[in-house]
Parts: sequence; structure tokens; C-alpha cells
Amino acid sequence: MIPAAFQYSKAGSVREAVAQLREAGPEAKVIAGGQSLIPLLRLRLSQPSHLVDVNGVRELDYVHPEGDLLRVGAMTRHSTLVRSELVQRHLPLLAEMAAQVGDPQIRARGTLGGVFAHADAAGDYPTLAVMLDATIVTDRRRVAARDFFQHLFTTALAEDELVCEVVFPMAPGPHRYIKFRRRLYDWAIVGAAVQKMDSGWRVGLTHVGPTAVRAAAVESRLQAGATFPEAAGAAADGLEPPSDVRASADYRRHLAQVLTRRALEQAA
Amino acid sequence: MAVTQLIGARVQRREDPRLITGHGRFIEDHTLPGLTHLAVVRSPHPHALILGIDTTAARALPGVLAVLTAADFHKVLSGSMPVTPAFAPEKKYVPERFPIAEREVCFQGEPVAVVVANDRYLAADAADLVHVTYEPLPAVVDPEGAMSPGSPLVHTDGPDNIGWDMTYAGGDIDAAFSRAEVVVKERIIQQRLAPTAMETRGVMASYSPYSEDLSLWLSSQNPHFIRLFVSGAMGIPESRVRVVSPDVGGGFGSKISPYPEDYLVPAASKLLGRPVRWIETRTESVMTTIHGRGQVFTAEAAALRDGTLLGLRLTQVLDLGAYHGTFGAFQACACLMSGGVYRWEAISARTVGVLTNKVPTDPYRGAGRPEGTHLCERMVDRMADELGMDPAELRRKNFAREFPFVNNFGLTYDSGNYDGTLDRALELSDYQGWRQRQAAAREEGKLVGIGLSTWVEICGFGPSAATAGATGGIALVESAQIRFLPSGSVAAYVGTHAHGQGHDTTFSQLVAETLGVPLEAVDLRHGDTAEGPAFGYGTYGSRSLSVGGMALYTASQEILAKARKLAAHLLEASPDDLEFTAGAFTVRGNPQAKKTIQEVALASYGGNLPAGMEQGLEAVSHFDPPNFVWPFGAHVCVVEVDRETGAVEILSYTGVDDCGNVINPMIVEGQVQGGIAQSIAQALFEEVVYDGASGQLVTGTMLDYLVPTMNELPTPKLDRTVTPSPTNALGVKGIGEAGTIAASAAVINAVCEALRPLGIHHVDMPASPDRLWRLMQEAGR
Repeated sequence: MIPAAFQYSKAGSVREAVAQLREAGPEAKVIAGGQSLIPLLRLRLSQPSHLVDVNGVRELDYVHPEGDLLRVGAMTRHSTLVRSELVQRHLPLLAEMAAQVGDPQIRARGTLGGVFAHADAAGDYPTLAVMLDATIVTDRRRVAARDFFQHLFTTALAEDELVCEVVFPMAPGPHRYIKFRRRLYDWAIVGAAVQKMDSGWRVGLTHVGPTAVRAAAVESRLQAGATFPEAAGAAADGLEPPSDVRASADYRRHLAQVLTRRALEQAA
Repeated sequence: MAVTQLIGARVQRREDPRLITGHGRFIEDHTLPGLTHLAVVRSPHPHALILGIDTTAARALPGVLAVLTAADFHKVLSGSMPVTPAFAPEKKYVPERFPIAEREVCFQGEPVAVVVANDRYLAADAADLVHVTYEPLPAVVDPEGAMSPGSPLVHTDGPDNIGWDMTYAGGDIDAAFSRAEVVVKERIIQQRLAPTAMETRGVMASYSPYSEDLSLWLSSQNPHFIRLFVSGAMGIPESRVRVVSPDVGGGFGSKISPYPEDYLVPAASKLLGRPVRWIETRTESVMTTIHGRGQVFTAEAAALRDGTLLGLRLTQVLDLGAYHGTFGAFQACACLMSGGVYRWEAISARTVGVLTNKVPTDPYRGAGRPEGTHLCERMVDRMADELGMDPAELRRKNFAREFPFVNNFGLTYDSGNYDGTLDRALELSDYQGWRQRQAAAREEGKLVGIGLSTWVEICGFGPSAATAGATGGIALVESAQIRFLPSGSVAAYVGTHAHGQGHDTTFSQLVAETLGVPLEAVDLRHGDTAEGPAFGYGTYGSRSLSVGGMALYTASQEILAKARKLAAHLLEASPDDLEFTAGAFTVRGNPQAKKTIQEVALASYGGNLPAGMEQGLEAVSHFDPPNFVWPFGAHVCVVEVDRETGAVEILSYTGVDDCGNVINPMIVEGQVQGGIAQSIAQALFEEVVYDGASGQLVTGTMLDYLVPTMNELPTPKLDRTVTPSPTNALGVKGIGEAGTIAASAAVINAVCEALRPLGIHHVDMPASPDRLWRLMQEAGR
């Protein structure tokens, strides 16, 4: 529980952050809210040579509606998302998810961009991003969410690349996120998110594989007029969920179906 | 003793303003000039030979003062870490244990080397640079497998893996079973638990080569025992070792036995001539602090068809870990208490302590009694189910009712009223109402279960006749010293040591009430071997009030006896003519002739004393209890199991307990509530998991080891009945472990009853959603 030594610098802007990352080399890491990174440092599972602190990058703390899109800055804290009237109006499912992240201290500190860059399989926002076809904007390019998350803790980001913004489609319609967990402040054992769009239902699953999953089979069954239970029966199709001390893969497959059905019933 | 102004009052905890505003002083809050920092290099293997240790790179790191291995420690430490006998089984094998491994490591986390450096970060960095070459050996993980003749050995030089094997015979078990009309059998697993005190362990030591004395600051439940053990191992006279346990941030039994670091840190201080501090990390805590429970029970119970219980036959396979815990054998008391609150014709209980390549197990809140209660209460429920009887009725039919009650193993329950607590618990929980709601819920296909646990506990350790032999010579009595200072302030020293129990408040209430002084005049002191009586025995086993409180009480009676003589002298009256009320001696029939005890205290330091009386007003007392004390109670838990997800929701929890007279009801309620929380944690959440193949600890962080929070726990409905103990003048029993002993059985009985319509008879702990879902899947096939 004693981190290894590292260099530390503060960045005040995106430009500074990227320059510092570039200068510090490939073993450097960005620290935002630190709610996942600091435990890893303490366990010495992560031993970066240098931490670039982006908490002072105020230009990335915003929620901007633009046409039918909602642009959210990477440094927006979970607690801001919970409270934001813009989020509640244009993408209430994001606020609902944010309210279920960790505990109040974690929500006050952790950031949206940190969740994307960290890419934990149990992260909540990646599910929303994948199911809604969100776009991740970095200091140099735009990446579709489905291409951004590559594997467990692995994203399309280059070593010196910074997540700046996530662009979601607005979706004010019926929605629900059910996060199944043993303790209120835990990560999801499995999560199921549903969102009704003009074009039909979008369905996403958390922690049923190395990255967030869009449950396309459920969506197409719904499109074809299936009942919620019938459609939810397809939620485990093609999943390769992990087995760990919390839950077996079989149980996760089962939960994916149960939670998807419940989310649909509760959203409708 | 009658309930008076302070006894029985909800006095707010005196220690709380300090503790809850962050002004407690724990080990890491203590420092010394020139302090150095120690980190432990630990085995990553559950079992391996040490082929070599290369310390070159670690020593080369600037700021590293020393890298020490077993060879260094042999210069200043000798002997094997202590193991108390507890009982004399037919078969016994106790592996030697030096605080640091030399040739062979036998559990993951066992110390192999230590690094001492100028700061804690450097020490941790250098520990990573110590290169140990191991030859991995087969690891023994499963205790039942470890018993088989073909099993690999936990210690390569051991005869086998059997630490002990003995059978307690309480009556003619064959005769009891020969009359059986119904027999039920079950296999019940008590998973390993990590005690998880909020303050991890920590040791700071300063050895002075000039005065040849040692000061040790250590987070401990019993500093005097640590002084005894460490002084012996280091060859320093006990009188030259001072052990201070300041505020202790929780223990739950995990801070009773000595640990390797308790020796290694002072030994390093002696080797370096510098003060040294080590603070356990949370990961080290889960890996190397003792675990609790860790048992597999097989049991069968016999009864007549009318519900009369006849016999209970059981085997306890206790996972000792790689070495015997110092007080590990105590957990065999699960066998002695397996009969619970019932009359049985006979009980036969075999206990087998089995070595495995895991961290040792040792007493953890309840220590054997939760396991005994869980087993008994599960078997009684299984029997009720088999007989088609209401579980409350089966219990009532077999309750012990005449006290003192001698159980099958000759233990004498001092007082009890099991009908009283059960009646009140059924009423308070609305048992009949829940039975109706359960029937309605079942109609709708919902899985609702009601679980009972009627429990009794042996605590207040303990009478010298029973305990001196069990510890290898030191009886678990308790000492106290009370001193009036000339100003009238009172210093009360007690050999117990609180780690969350609120002794500062309860004991001060007791002393203030007994001596008739204001609460503020009493200064309760504990946790420093340099103060108070020669030896203190510590806090564990719900003993502090019924043994330590009684030592304070008897010391106060000695003070009052002397004060009465002096007051009589000052008032020119006969001691027999004095009355002592509200802190003052008055002459009977002449209330103007009066001396307060504080006036008497001042006078005791003067020159006007009766002939032959020495100056001062103080007393040292030891209390040797004539028996253990036997709290009891009845808990009722109602749960609903989600048929789809297996998630358990506690709909209602009720506990009615009886710990005799109560000094501070608020503290008693807090203890019961905390105990219930810790036991629900076992029933539904917590489990130390080792990988069966590799022997590696899987649940090494608080992400994986699921300590529940307030959000996951019910607010229990609590009440008490009062059946005073005849064992001591205060009429008190213990309450620190009660909730932990009671609750797991109530919860699991409820879960099992909820699942009963699906044909499920038994559920092991923790009853996690995944486990229940799998059981329901299998039952559905």
C-alpha cells in the first residue's frame, strides 16, 4: 500500500498536459480524479514514472448541448453530472449512472474522462457510450466508442493522448440502468442499461466481457416486436463474461438476461 | 447491585469526542526522535524452500540502514512463538515457529527478511529489491484433504498435518442414537474470515543499549501478555520491558496473540540501536493477520418423533493454517458449546486441528461460540423441518430450564431464562404476523423465510481452576488498582484494554458509583504496562466487565473499608456506626457528623491516622471468578430471496438478549448492533478465498473481501431481559460477542426456510447471490 516513486507535474491546459506527457515519455500517466489510479499505485500494480495532473485543466469541465448532441468535458466530475440540469434534460440516463458511481467522495473527485481512459470492464459510462454510439474526442482526433474500447484497461489512446470530451446523442426518452452489486458502493457485477430512442431501443451491458457490450440481439428482437422477456432472453448471446470471486460466468450470463428484462420493464 | 444514579445510565462515551474528531492516538500517531521504518519481505509462495536471499541491491539503495534475515535475528531472539495448550488431546503436533522463516516458508506472507530505512517509502522500495530464490513445494490448502495419509506435508519435517485430534464425550452417545426415531445429518462450513480492524496492526520499538530496556508501542488487546512473550524471547527482564497500547482501532480478537512483527521490530531496534516502526498495510492485514473460523463440521442429530432431542454427534475439522495460533485451540470450544440452550442426553464431539499452508487461524469475535451456535441452531432447524414442527416450538420443548444447568460436558450455566428471551423476541418481531405474511408471500411464489437463533454463550474467561492449565500457567483472572490522590481525584487502573468497548465510560461509571465520587473525578487508565498492577490479562472473550469490572469493584470495596476506619477515627465514632451514602460517611443518628470520601482521602495523606494505619488510600485487587458467565438470547431474522438473482434482502431483524445487569445500556446496544453486523457479514458477504490449486490468496483487498457497510445492513430491533449472574457481586455477564454468536444462524435459518419450497435444506456461508442462484438451478433440475 506504499506507491513506488514517481515524478509529478501539474498541467493547466490540454496543450500543457500533452506536452508534459510527451516529455515524460512512455511510462508517464495522466491523473485526473485518481479514484482508480491511486489504489493501483498503492498496490504497486501500476508504477508510472511520471504523473501529469490534469485537475487544473478547467477548460475540460463543461456540459454543452449542441443541436441534438450533448458534449461533456472530460474533467466533468460525477457529482456534476448528477446535478447538471442539462444532463437531466437531455441525457438523464447519464445522470442516473453517475449517481450510482462509488460513494459521495468518489463522485466528488472522479471524472468522466478518467472512466473512459481507465477502461475498467466494470465502468458504467462506457456502456452508455457504446450503446448510444458516442464519440470520444481527444486532443488530436475523434474516435467512435465502439473503436475506442479495445480490451480490458486498453483503449485506442496513444501514450501521449488525452481524452478531452465525450459526445453523446441526446436521449430524453424512457431509460433505466440497473447496476447489480453486493454493496452500494461497489462496481457492477453486471449492469444493464436501456434507452428508448426515436429509432427504437438501445441496450447495453456492463461487466460481461473485457469491454462494454451493446446487446444488439436484444435490440433487434425488440425491433421485430418481441416482448421484453423474449427480447431479454437474447441478452447473453455471444457473451464471454469473466468468472471471479464475485460471480461465475454462468451467473453473469443469467444476470444479463434478468437485468435487461427488468430495465426494460422499469423504463417503459 | 441495584440500578442507581450511574449504574444503568446512558452516559455518553467519554472517549468519543476525542475519537470521532480524529484526535485518537494510534500507533502511527506515535513517533520518536531518530525513528526508522521497517518493511517486511514476505513469501509470495504458500510453501517453498528458501534457497538463497540476495540483499545486495536493497542494501545499496541510499537511505537503507539494514536488511535483516533469520541469521541476524537469531542473535537477539530465541525460542518458538508461544502456543497455549488449551487442552491435552490424545494426539498433538505443534510445529516450531521462529518469527522469521529461515529454511522453509509455509504460508503466503510469511516473513523472510526485513528492511529498515530512513523512511517508509524507501523501506517499501528496498523490500522490492530483496531477491529471494525459492524452490516451490506443493501447497496444502484444503484441511480435509490435508488429513488424508497421502497428502503433501505442510512442513516438510512434520510427521503429518494433524495438529490435534481429540473427542469430547458427553454422555452415552450410542445409547442416545439407538433410541432415535428421527436423525438428520448436515455438513456445515465455517468459512475463513479476516477480522479487518479499522486500525491495522502496528509496532514501534525503542531499545536502549545503555539502560538495557525496551519500550514497545503496539496495537494490542493485551499488552501485558506481549510484554511477557517478548521479554522472554529477547532475554530482557520483564520489568525492563514496557508495552504501551494506546488507542486501539479495533481488534475483534486479532490483536490477542503475538505476531512475528511483535518480535522482529524490537529485535531490529536492538540490532540497529535505533527506534523502529512498522505499520501493517491493508493487504498485509488480510494476508498475515490471523483469520477467524475456518472449520468444516459434519453433524448428525437424533430425536424422538415428539421433538425430544436425544443426541448430537459431530466432527469439527479446524483449519489451523501453517502454525498453531497462540490461542487457536480455544476454537475447539465450539464442541463444548454445540449443545446450546437445550437438554441433550448425549453429545459426542471430535475436534481435529489440521495444518494447511495458510495464515494461522485464531480467536475472532466469538471464537468457537458462533460456530457452536450456528451448528446447533442449524441442526435444530433441520430437525424441526424433518418433524414438521414450528422451530420455536421445538426449541421450547427442549430448553434447559433449571439453573444452574450442567451441560453434557460438565460446564455449569449460571443463570438463564430462555423462554423469556424467546417470548419477547417472538413478540417484538411479530413472529405470528410474519408467519401469516410468509404464507401469503409463498402463495405469490415469493421466497420468504423466518429464522430463529436461541443462543447461549460461555464467556468471562475465566476461573483460575479452568484457565491456568489452558494457558500453560497464567490464570485468566483480572487485576485492578484504585488510587485516591490527595486532591480527591481517583486514578483507576485495570488490566483489561479497550479497543472499542467504551471501558473509559463503563468502568468510570462503576468506580464513580461505588466510591460515591463524581464521574469526572475518575480517571480510567489502561494499556500501559508501566502503570497499575504487575500484570493485566486483557480484553477478549467478553470478559472485561465480569472479570475486570469485578476487580475494580473489589478494589473499591477495599478502599471503602479503609476509608470507613479513617472516617470513624476523624468523626470519633465507631466504624460500625457509620453509614456511607452519596460519597460521604455520616454517623448514624447524627447527619451533621459527616466526612466526604474525598475529605477522607486528603486526610489519609496527613498525620492524624488511627494507630497502625499507613498513609494513602489505594488498593490493588485481583478477581478470580468462581465460574464463567452465560449470557443468552433469542434472535429472529426474516429474509426474502430473489428467485431470479439469488439476492437476499433482510426484511426484519430482532434481537432480545440477556447479559444480566447492565452498567450502560447504550454501550450494550452498540455492542449488540455491531456484533449482529459482523455476523450478518459472515452469513451473507465475507469470505477469505484461497485458490485451491496454487494456494494464493484471492481476496487480498477490500474490493474482493466484502465487508458490508451500513447500507447493506438492517437496523435491528433490540430489547433485553435481565437475569442477573449469580457468579459475581455485580450480577453482570458479557455482551461484546453476543450479536456475533447469535446472528449468522438466524440469517441462514431464514435463508434456508425461504428456499425450503424449492427442496433446498441447507446453505453454506456466505449465502451470496451466485451461490443461491446455483443452488436454485440445481434444485430445479
